[in-house]
Amino acid sequence: MSNIKETSLYPQEGKDGGNGTGTNLDIKAFLDADEKKDLLRLLTAGSVDDGKSTLIGRLLFDSKKLYEDQLQALEKDSKRVGNAGAGQIDYALLLDGLKAEREEGITIDVAYRYFSTNNRKFIIADTPGHEQYTRNMITGGSTANLAIILVDSRMGVITQTRRHTYLVSLLGIKHIVLAVNKMDLVDFSEEIFNNIKQEYLNLTESLGIDDVTCIPLSALEGDNVVEKSDHTPWYDGPSLLDFLETVPIHLDRNMKDFRYPVQYVLRPNLDFRGFCGKIASGVIRKGDEVVALPSMKRSHVKSIVTYDGDLEEAFCPQCVTLTLEDEIDISRGEMIVRPDNLPNIGRNFETMLVWMDEEPMDRGKQFFLKHNTNTTRATINEIKYRVDVNTMQRLDGRDFKLNEIGCVQITTAKTLFFDAYAKNRATGAFILIDPITNNTSAVGMIARPLEFEDINQADVPTLDLKKLGIDEQHYEAIEKAVKELSRQGLEIKVIR
Amino acid sequence: MKQYNLSHLQELEAESIHIIREVAAEFENPVMLYSIGKDSSVMVRLAEKAFAPGKVPFPLMHIDSKWKFKEMIQFRDEYAKKYGWNLIVESNMEAFNAGVGPFTHGSKVHTDLMKTKALLDALNKYKFDAAFGGARRDEEKSRAKERIFSFRDQFQQWDPKNQRPELWDIYNSRIHKGESIRVFPLSNWTELDIWQYIRLENIPIVPLYYAKERPIVEIDGNLIMADDDRLPEKYRPLIKPRTVRFRTLGCWPLTGAVESNATTIEEIVEEMMTTTKSERTTRVIDFDQEASMEQKKREGYF
Repeated sequence: MSNIKETSLYPQEGKDGGNGTGTNLDIKAFLDADEKKDLLRLLTAGSVDDGKSTLIGRLLFDSKKLYEDQLQALEKDSKRVGNAGAGQIDYALLLDGLKAEREEGITIDVAYRYFSTNNRKFIIADTPGHEQYTRNMITGGSTANLAIILVDSRMGVITQTRRHTYLVSLLGIKHIVLAVNKMDLVDFSEEIFNNIKQEYLNLTESLGIDDVTCIPLSALEGDNVVEKSDHTPWYDGPSLLDFLETVPIHLDRNMKDFRYPVQYVLRPNLDFRGFCGKIASGVIRKGDEVVALPSMKRSHVKSIVTYDGDLEEAFCPQCVTLTLEDEIDISRGEMIVRPDNLPNIGRNFETMLVWMDEEPMDRGKQFFLKHNTNTTRATINEIKYRVDVNTMQRLDGRDFKLNEIGCVQITTAKTLFFDAYAKNRATGAFILIDPITNNTSAVGMIARPLEFEDINQADVPTLDLKKLGIDEQHYEAIEKAVKELSRQGLEIKVIR
Repeated sequence: MKQYNLSHLQELEAESIHIIREVAAEFENPVMLYSIGKDSSVMVRLAEKAFAPGKVPFPLMHIDSKWKFKEMIQFRDEYAKKYGWNLIVESNMEAFNAGVGPFTHGSKVHTDLMKTKALLDALNKYKFDAAFGGARRDEEKSRAKERIFSFRDQFQQWDPKNQRPELWDIYNSRIHKGESIRVFPLSNWTELDIWQYIRLENIPIVPLYYAKERPIVEIDGNLIMADDDRLPEKYRPLIKPRTVRFRTLGCWPLTGAVESNATTIEEIVEEMMTTTKSERTTRVIDFDQEASMEQKKREGYF
């Protein structure tokens, strides 16, 4: 049963909500309950004709997000450019926001939508199914807890389904819903549904995805979207919305490995030196022993400062400011962790890479690599293989073009503090920025560190202060300047 | 095992603070654009939170179209003073001195000159390389597709077809000289989230959001408040006291009020949840032309 219709804020006409004391109390109760809701980010993927926009439109519509004037505008638009039949509302038009797209009749970018139920708030990243727009699906899915993959019950699992599922597994999205849509067009056949389900489970098993839920539905008619449908008595699972409302997500985050990339150093006065950051993973408590990377200097957490007062403990993804017992110099781009739980520390790693730029990969280029709060120069050393996203077969390792995916080895100028993406999404992800156009050329999910520290090491210029005859009193100023250059991406090694 | 859960508001707050700090760390000369509205009020509080116990390391800038409600200006000055903000106020004085206004020149010319041009001139004048805005993706269709770090070329234009991919919480802040980034830390907040946060955090907002008896004249179906004596003569006899409030704030001749008795945040939320009009319909400028917000965004007006 859905919770939407129970929401006290949408009283049914002719009833007074069963409460004679007026609505003010209900509102307070509503707001108090609303405050406690958690947030689920979801990605939807499907081919153009799978009815994806219709499904999202219906979720929004049925959760009463659509106000009257938006509906009026929709009716106006449907008459002019709608692709739905005469007299039908084209839910897809709700989502296709931009003028150029409306004329083309397809969604071309990621659009974000918001709705909520009694238990949860939802952010939907709506992304297109076209092959040339892998880029957008990757963009929309990077923060998602859950992916809804649509298939047309008449078509079953097709090439695009395989591609979308592969991308979802690459992004490390933990939960998948396979929405088998247009069940009304196959007479709600249990056999057809079961065949599709089995074929899909074979696919996800091979990709190592274990939380998969298959739901037979009709987005157009509303079957099993919000309410369980009478047309599928053989189906004993939840409706789509019931599932979305109840799927547990609090275990998806890495709470084991404390990682704190320092984002900003706060020095409002001489007595306060705070390290601002967002906890990338794990938990930290006041008094805990910590170590700063790369200096390896140890200290203890003196306080966890926020605007709303100090905390005893904090966890990801909270934004806090840490102060330490000892005066340690830590800058943006460095990381605070626990001494008994270190990330990989190094400049070489193997990674999956998705090419996002119209301009093909040029291996001669030095890119900027941004990882957490760290920006450094980076080169792509070796291309291990590319992946055919339709068959998941490995291809030869030539340079990547737009929307191509594969495995490469990267060397950075600066030392990075990272984990494998599969283990820690927040410290295993990075972007590559073209130094000339400044475009985000590629995005990466780190697979593993490379041990041989010296492969194709980028030459780092060195300043030997003693050799240069520079007096010790200037060391601090020089190091400060070098640190600032490094923050801007220019790495120089200083030898005292 | 202990469960570590954040509510959606705590998660949104953390996301916004992270964005705000990232801009302060990566840009040389950022500014926070301040509209004095409820979303701006939340954004400003988030900035205060991001750098507490220190001061916010960038200024606040209000583009004053010279037709804002008097109460907005008063609120702006008092708030900035109370919380120690460095406040910049910029206007298109050339157009103002030439007498440009919504009644004489229409909403399009007025908005182009007093808002868009004034904003672009101010951004150029101070050479800001990043400008925070309080826009939310749930407000309007074209905003739903905009990135959190939204690249603008040297003419401050947005190209919806050529946006930088934006993944995880890693924001690309690299730009060439003259280019800039508009940053929207409230992208993922909804209208209800904003009100809820204002309620929980006791964030001060302009009293115009609360219902009160005000001098109102009905113009083309919009309830316009006679905020100063620039209201044309022909409308003056039509002024009637009505109990109204504003769902959005802007230039007073272009911002319609709604009849309401809501004097608390709870009542505002109740009204919002049961009403059938979405918030931007009280803004007259949106009706100018088809896909008008998208057009304005391309031209540089958020």
